[in-house]
Amino acid sequence: MNSVGEGCTELKREYDQCFNRWFAEKFLKGDRSGDPCIEMFKNYQQCVQKAIKEKDIPIEGVEFMGPNKEKPGS
Amino acid sequence: MVKYFFSQTDIKSSWEHVFSAFWQRYPNPFSKHVLTEDVVFREVTPDNTLISRRLLTKTNHLPRWAEKIFPSNLARSVFVIEDSVVDLKNKTLTTFSWNINHTRLLVVEERCVYSMSHEKQAWSLAKREAWISSGVFGFSRAIQEFGLARFKSNQIKATRGLEYALSTLHGDGPSRPLKDKEAMEKTKETALATSEKAKNLASVASPHKSNQFV
Repeated sequence: MNSVGEGCTELKREYDQCFNRWFAEKFLKGDRSGDPCIEMFKNYQQCVQKAIKEKDIPIEGVEFMGPNKEKPGS
Repeated sequence: MVKYFFSQTDIKSSWEHVFSAFWQRYPNPFSKHVLTEDVVFREVTPDNTLISRRLLTKTNHLPRWAEKIFPSNLARSVFVIEDSVVDLKNKTLTTFSWNINHTRLLVVEERCVYSMSHEKQAWSLAKREAWISSGVFGFSRAIQEFGLARFKSNQIKATRGLEYALSTLHGDGPSRPLKDKEAMEKTKETALATSEKAKNLASVASPHKSNQFV
């Protein structure tokens, strides 16, 4: 799957691979022994956050699950 | 005025498989309308939940009658934020997503909860709710009907896409006994049937002629 930053797709794929392995083999099993993907995430974020700013995508300051607050059953 | 949608489906996979597949469901044969996917925030909280934010860009296919009235909307894709919480203690994955542009035309907010099935521990339950609203004066009713029809079509694709990812990753689900080629044929047939159904939904939902939309 492509990243919104055209030059970030490789970094995204590397990070995704690391995360998916960690998620299934460590996180889901309750293993909290540290995050092997920190560096990869940092590199990926540097790239993608720059692309988001350049494309004027308005995600800055959007509250986590913001609109969910006013929904029933939340 | 807001349109509300609710559905509950059984997924014939364990909650662990579902939660893993959730991150790997793009691309899939049913997600041609999803152009990009990025994780833009992620954190393991002190109480051991995983919170993430994904940014997705999707195509914005409108029915012909809407294209004529809102030509400027064709220029940009739709940006969707998907926030999620993986809660291992309760074995739930809760997601909330909504579009952050084209909001004057249509706002679609969706909340999903994936959890372990009550009846069968080896299965999961997907509960999906959506709120669809349009603020455009004079057209809001038609736009909301269109929005609801498109959402229904997309949520079928979303379910199929997740099942596809599950069967690819874990060999779960109905396509397991089929060989690869047969599985692809079956996927194509399902996609075709789904888009036919969507066309029917569109002509029922809107009195205008709507030719193609996603």
